[in-house]
Amino acid sequence: MNLLEVKNVKKYFATQKAVDDISFTIEKGSIFGLLGPNGAGKTSLLRMITGIFYQDSGEINFQGKPFRALEDAGNIGYMPEERGLYKKMKIGEQAIYLARLKGLSKTQATEKVKEWFAKFEMQSWWNKKVEDLSKGMSQKLQFVTTVLHEPSLIILDEPFSGLDPVNANLIKDEIFKLAKNGSTIIFSTHRMEQVEEICDHIILLNKGKKILDGTIKSVKQEFKENIYELGAATLAEHLMTHIFEVVKHQPDRILLKLMYDTTPNDVLQYFLHKNVAINSFNEVMPSLNDIFIRLVEGTDAARQFQQIS
Amino acid sequence: MSKIGLIIGREYFTRVKKKSFLITTILVPAVIIAFYAVIIAIGAKGSTEKQKIAVVDQSGLLADSKAANNKDYTIIKNESETSFVKKYQAQGYEAFLYIPKVNLDTPHGIVLHSESTVSFATTEAIRNIIDQNIEAKRLSASGIDPAKYQQIKSDVKIETTIDTKDGGKKGNIYVAYGVSYGCGILIYMMMIIYGTQVMRGVTEEKTNRIAEVVVSSVKPFELMMGKIIGIGAVGLTQFAIWILLIFGISQVFPMLAPDTTILSGIMQGLSSLPVGRIILYFLVYFVGGYLTYASLFAAVGSVVSEDQQEAQQLMFPILMPIILGFVIMSKAVNDPNSSLAVFGSLFPLTSPIVMMGRITYSIPVWQVATSMLLLVACFLLLTWLTGKIYRTGILMYGKKPSWKEMMKWAFRSNT
Repeated sequence: MNLLEVKNVKKYFATQKAVDDISFTIEKGSIFGLLGPNGAGKTSLLRMITGIFYQDSGEINFQGKPFRALEDAGNIGYMPEERGLYKKMKIGEQAIYLARLKGLSKTQATEKVKEWFAKFEMQSWWNKKVEDLSKGMSQKLQFVTTVLHEPSLIILDEPFSGLDPVNANLIKDEIFKLAKNGSTIIFSTHRMEQVEEICDHIILLNKGKKILDGTIKSVKQEFKENIYELGAATLAEHLMTHIFEVVKHQPDRILLKLMYDTTPNDVLQYFLHKNVAINSFNEVMPSLNDIFIRLVEGTDAARQFQQIS
Repeated sequence: MSKIGLIIGREYFTRVKKKSFLITTILVPAVIIAFYAVIIAIGAKGSTEKQKIAVVDQSGLLADSKAANNKDYTIIKNESETSFVKKYQAQGYEAFLYIPKVNLDTPHGIVLHSESTVSFATTEAIRNIIDQNIEAKRLSASGIDPAKYQQIKSDVKIETTIDTKDGGKKGNIYVAYGVSYGCGILIYMMMIIYGTQVMRGVTEEKTNRIAEVVVSSVKPFELMMGKIIGIGAVGLTQFAIWILLIFGISQVFPMLAPDTTILSGIMQGLSSLPVGRIILYFLVYFVGGYLTYASLFAAVGSVVSEDQQEAQQLMFPILMPIILGFVIMSKAVNDPNSSLAVFGSLFPLTSPIVMMGRITYSIPVWQVATSMLLLVACFLLLTWLTGKIYRTGILMYGKKPSWKEMMKWAFRSNT
């Protein structure tokens, strides 16, 4: 079942087509990566999904019904990149206040806050103020306030920025746990290595349009370049052939790009025939980072302003 | 709606619980009272400066009078204006008064030389002395006995009595004046102080991205009104504490310092005032004025970013009518039924302050009613317009929008 369906959504501003006809669906319980360079329209898209503003046209369906920000607020948790907290308010009170705004009763909210604070070892923070916290600590607090009311959709914008590896892992584990318990997570970031690790499904935006949509596996499959790594000591005279091209030659390994109709078996046979001792042979998949750069490269580094008629 | 209640509660309790709230609530009136006490003390003491003034008196105006014996003045003989003007500084005089031979009927040509500007008090004192002497000379020239003249001169004091149903009370116009003026200043200060608090709060929510987190669960308008109402409630709490304090002090004070004539005069003056009506009007106009301006301050807070200078720039047009109100109020205290005072107390942007200037006098009912209606209408209209600016502004980052853009946000239909 799809938790969220976005259909032909458009949002134009005075000088930008911020979101230009984007459609996608998110399955319940999945971790969904929303990627794109700066200014691609990620934030605009998220703001429509969180009900901060409305799309110019198109539909957003949440749990099978048209999305209504105020009614669905209790089911959504949004964590903006950094900040999002009152600096001068006591931490315990603040967490309870934010939870109550999301529709929890006072006792429920207090209970939940205590539970999460215990889980993240934050009990001693209760009477401190946010301004006393380091960047990483407030990021942790913010994560707690985002997921506290057990929303069915959790939207995280760069949740790991400013976190040390220990705390980043803590939050990563919580994200997996939340997904396993049925929450759906939208994860917006530029950090591709995190996406590969965490996400099931990604879409890539550029200049307000969707340019890629699929699971990590299928995307990699789609963008693989028939490159294989052979672990073997080879000499230059071994490589005079038309069945592959050498991408990179090192003393103990070699990267090969196979010609269009060559199979891996052909390559192995070729080297066996040359009496080369083979230690390993495997396909090299492109990293998401490479795919991202390849797709976005060539477009302007900074998005230009344009006239919208 | 329980969510707006939550917001009001947060705004209210986070402020009231602060130590600074208690401190300012107690300290501000103490500082104001001390400030005025110092001013009054200085005023009562008068000028203490002893200036040495040289006098060349060719008419004998000062020479044969008691004033000449005053140690501030030294009569210089055998000098003329032109000769002495070069010497008086060297001889240690700060000023040099030259009285030429004058005709008693049209005395002019009297000059006061000094190295720097002479104070108003000094020139007034000199003028008084010369006037007295000329008057005395004129009296004797006309053959009138100065003692007789003193008898003829009249100096009447009028007592004011305010008649209420319970019988007459001795009034004190100075107390009435003071109360009017004080209420005006108080509303003026409170509107600016609490208005700026609203503005800062809104800017904080914007720059800390709290609005983004919260706006999905509450309407932006609720967020704005919750803040405005919560902060307004803090102001009312402060007033309540002050009124209790004043009441308490007025009960305790007579016991501590019994029978001081000035004090009992003030007490009598206070009790002659319609205290209930004054407190009622004060609260109504504070609430009305605060709500009207708070929405404007909120709109400013929503369009600026961390840059305080931008906020200052945008605040200026809001402060203008408040300051104008204050100026009209100071006039209205003296002349409560002038057309300027009436206009100022009807015009909703100035009425909360100006009406305070008239509060101790009787105001026609139609004026109060019209003024309150206009204030409420103005508040509703402004909140409606600024609510729309706020809604757009609070989620916009980057450049400060131009006036034109803000007007567009305010007047476009709902999106």
